[in-house]
Amino acid sequence: MKSWLTTTDHKRIGLLYFWTALVFFLIGGLEALVIRAQLAKPEGIGVSAEVYNQLFTMHGTTMVFLALMPLSAAFFNYIIPLQIGARDVAFPRLNAFSYWVFLLGGLFLNASFVAGPLFGAGHLSVAPDAGWFGYANLTSRQFSPGPNVDFWLLGLQILGIASLAAGFNFIVTILNMRAPGMRLMRLPAFSWMTLITQFLVITAFPVITVALVLLMFDRFFGTHFFVPAGGGDPILWQHLFWLFGHPEVYILILPAMGIVSEVLPTFSRKPLFGYTVVVYSGVLIGFMGWGVWSHHMFSVGLGPIADSVFSATTMLIAVPTGVKIFNWIGTMWGGQLRFTTAMLFAVGFIGMFIIGGLSGVTHASPPADLQQTDTYYVVAHIHYVLFGGTMLGLFSGMYYWWPKMTGRKLSETLGKWHFWLTFVGMNLAFFPMHFSGLLGMPRRIYTYGPELGVTRLNQVSTAGAFLIGVAVLVFLVNLWWSRRRGEIAGNDPWGGATLEWAISSPPPVYNFTVIPRVENRLPLWQTEHHAPMAPLPATPPAPIHVPGGSWWPMVTAVGLPLMAIAALSHQLWLVFVGLAVVIAGIYLWAYEPFEV
Amino acid sequence: MAYNTDTHAVAVAHGHATFMGVDSRKMAFWAFIGSECLLFGSLISTYLIYKGKSLVGPFPHDVLNIPFTSFSTFDLLMSSLAMVLALAAVQRGDLKQAKIWLFTTAFLGLVFLGGQVYEFTSFVHEGLGLTTNLFGSTFFVLTGTHGAHVTVGVIWLLTLWVQALRGKLGPEQAVTVEITGLYWHFVDVVWIVIFTLVYLIQ
Amino acid sequence: MAPSGRRLRLLLTTVLASAVAGCGGPFPQTTLAPRSDLGAVVDTLFTGIFWWAVVVFAIVEGLLLFVIFRYRAREGAGPPSRLHGHTVLEIGWTLAPALILVFIAVPTMRTIFATAAPAPAGALRVEVIGHQWWWEFRYPELGVVTANELHLVRGRAVQLEMTSADVIHSFWAPGLGGKRDLTPGRTTRIVFTPDSVSEYAGQCAEFCGASHANMRLRVFVQTDSTFAAWAAHQLTPAATPVRGSLAERGQDLFAHGACIACHTITGVPQARGTVGPNLTHVGGRTTLAGATLPNTEEWLRRWITNAPYLKPGSLMPAMPLPDDQVAALIAYLQSLK
Repeated sequence: MKSWLTTTDHKRIGLLYFWTALVFFLIGGLEALVIRAQLAKPEGIGVSAEVYNQLFTMHGTTMVFLALMPLSAAFFNYIIPLQIGARDVAFPRLNAFSYWVFLLGGLFLNASFVAGPLFGAGHLSVAPDAGWFGYANLTSRQFSPGPNVDFWLLGLQILGIASLAAGFNFIVTILNMRAPGMRLMRLPAFSWMTLITQFLVITAFPVITVALVLLMFDRFFGTHFFVPAGGGDPILWQHLFWLFGHPEVYILILPAMGIVSEVLPTFSRKPLFGYTVVVYSGVLIGFMGWGVWSHHMFSVGLGPIADSVFSATTMLIAVPTGVKIFNWIGTMWGGQLRFTTAMLFAVGFIGMFIIGGLSGVTHASPPADLQQTDTYYVVAHIHYVLFGGTMLGLFSGMYYWWPKMTGRKLSETLGKWHFWLTFVGMNLAFFPMHFSGLLGMPRRIYTYGPELGVTRLNQVSTAGAFLIGVAVLVFLVNLWWSRRRGEIAGNDPWGGATLEWAISSPPPVYNFTVIPRVENRLPLWQTEHHAPMAPLPATPPAPIHVPGGSWWPMVTAVGLPLMAIAALSHQLWLVFVGLAVVIAGIYLWAYEPFEV
Repeated sequence: MAYNTDTHAVAVAHGHATFMGVDSRKMAFWAFIGSECLLFGSLISTYLIYKGKSLVGPFPHDVLNIPFTSFSTFDLLMSSLAMVLALAAVQRGDLKQAKIWLFTTAFLGLVFLGGQVYEFTSFVHEGLGLTTNLFGSTFFVLTGTHGAHVTVGVIWLLTLWVQALRGKLGPEQAVTVEITGLYWHFVDVVWIVIFTLVYLIQ
Repeated sequence: MAPSGRRLRLLLTTVLASAVAGCGGPFPQTTLAPRSDLGAVVDTLFTGIFWWAVVVFAIVEGLLLFVIFRYRAREGAGPPSRLHGHTVLEIGWTLAPALILVFIAVPTMRTIFATAAPAPAGALRVEVIGHQWWWEFRYPELGVVTANELHLVRGRAVQLEMTSADVIHSFWAPGLGGKRDLTPGRTTRIVFTPDSVSEYAGQCAEFCGASHANMRLRVFVQTDSTFAAWAAHQLTPAATPVRGSLAERGQDLFAHGACIACHTITGVPQARGTVGPNLTHVGGRTTLAGATLPNTEEWLRRWITNAPYLKPGSLMPAMPLPDDQVAALIAYLQSLK
């Protein structure tokens, strides 16, 4: 127990991220099922408007910040040091700190579901309820007087710190901790996409932090940054939010693209087609992701010039994205495809992401978007991108790397059930939403009239959502089953090309008995240019120093939610307690003997 | 999954060699500074977007005291010079000079903070509070965020100074001091930008 | 894309939707059957993009399926090809999507500027003010003020000048064209010319709080003469109830009760509230409560006695009045044709 609380081992932190994010994913999924149950019939009365608004707000917030990002982070933590031939990340304690801050931030946000009685209200009454995008001025104290929005803005600030700390850590890890010879153009695609993602994290999160701080000043200290009565402009919130929000979309999708770029070559027995182009298109997407934010705001009425510019940049970003798809197909072309579960999810990712990408192009055109934005058409789009894309990619990664992380494979039989149920379920759930949107059903409504004519479409969506729920249950059974009965994996169950497959599964705490020297992009493969790398010795030729654990990352992390609780409860003294904990933690951390 | 995480069971063999030849902490700090640029960039943009949008006074020209702030700016610039000297002293192992210059840097930082406290108080006396108008809100949040950064820097510098007093700031700690310096110079540069955009170009 | 293409797509989507939905409408809020110039150009644009998307979808998913079946690992197959890349091919599949995007971008830009053009002379001006959770419509040139039900003229351009009294809302009547946000402190515009006499449903499209789902609207596009008659009637003061009638008692209750804090009735001097909808001719409207309920005696009763139950978060409080008073109020409100 203590060894887990104080761990600074990237592999253990990766597992902690995985299990925690999985629990949050289940919570977010349950929220989605209640939402779908409510919409299964017109004038549904399963939950009240107030509860429904909390559910869809928390569903979005949870899936983005507590499920998809940290599930990706689980792979960053576990896999990146192995792929680049390192013993750990650059800053193991900072890594632990990121995890604890993420966990506490997630708990803080979700505590809002049961915190009602502390504020003299019922359960299910003080959770965030202004949407995951929290548009001003609905979030002002005047229109959202309760603690709901406070939970949201404080929770997101905490989570931002976790993401930023991890961002610095992984940029340095990938750039600086590479094994000798692993030049940038030999970096595995997943590591490359992670590197780009982390650059986006450290540049995008400060922007939302500023937006949240300004909102906090509005709500707690009476400023008017977003309050029209005081001269403020609610549209400024939208600019700041989407300036963060669009890079965030790429923060969510790039890691999954990286996973798919690892899985496809392995199961096609062919190198990634056009590696350089995949890398550069990723970099290009990272840059261009900063120039498209106002396409979330076409209905604001920013004027024809702004609309044209953002429309053009948005269409342009489709080019590097499309290139990636062709490169993935090129990777499979002429290969020997083995349809393991990991491969099925990877191919599913491509198929579904194409749909999400194409519907995206239809709302890159502002006039067309004016009929689509804020309708279920966009709900369909984002779920094809974030579920059909990111989530299928993450599932692919789970089946691919689970043997490395635990030493045992997941069941392929259950895995195929998992895949097909997910695939059918998601298309049943999300494809009809294109129609319900075009037929006039807006988003974020807890009720709709029978006269709208979208009842049957909604029933199909609901059935699909529950099918996804069944698929997730199959996955959970698979995880449980594999603990004892999964096939023993060995070093390299799939015939992978990258360094993580050169060591045992799960790897020893020091990862590599000897740090390998990297001569090419596919070190473990026999190609026409080179032979596979010589196997590493089974035991370290010399003793290897492994840094011990540390309490201080967790202690420092505890100070942050303390300050948030202080703000919620208006207890000034508690702010100082939280601050003191953070400062004490930092000093103890800085002066702790800790050899890396 | 039982790992042997006992530090002492395995002897040290893992060096500090890095791929890029740059100290990892220094690289992380550069990334941090990049991130901070976006933070201040967003705050400064907010200030500029709301410039001239205040519904009621006092307005910038009513309260801003350029000669006084020029002094503060000069003070902060001088602290950067002191920081350079402190780093140089640590690098050549001159503990005595290091103590002097670290303290000077921190002291000049404190003078700047004192100036900011004075400025804020006098603004409040002149009727400009945090919630008075958009100018007040954007001004106090922007310069307050900067002031918080200076405060962190001063505490950091004083920590190093105490370390130096205890004789524990040898040349092997030069990277730590260098990073402190990076932070300090960055905060200084941000102030130059704020001084130019908020005070000089009204 | 030619109109035939649009019809084809409409057919396709309807068939698909019907296949999935098991019913064929009617769809009062469909975006696929526009009845205004704005709706028509937007639809033409969308139709064009839609077909490009279908073509790309067919090609790329087809390729994917081909590869999946063609290159499935088989016993005794030779070693996989070692193709790392192919420069010409890669340049090709970079340029091809870029070229297609040009065909989407050019009509997009044209449409953006065409739809942003100022309203033609003689356009009807309507000020739209969003409230949590109802719509205020003001016709500045006519002096008419009404709520939730917008009356327009067939063939006459209309310019909606929109703002909000509280939070951001979004005006959306899909049959007449795209949506536009109503932002407090700003005025946004949308210009279109309705081309068919009909009734259109719409609703708020920007999440605006508890009852966002209950902020709906109706648009009545009328002939010139019907509209003129409606507008002229709107300008008259409220009907005075017959002496001694139930409605007169209702008026008395209204004028001396809580109602006047929020509602205006022209002709009743006490009733000057502006927080809620103007009720001068409420009896002539077809709906209640942000166009969510039919304007009938029964729904009026439920609305007056417990508005927050029907519309969560409603500013109108529940009013547990005795039955006779409720009946009197209903009689009065229904008399305000």
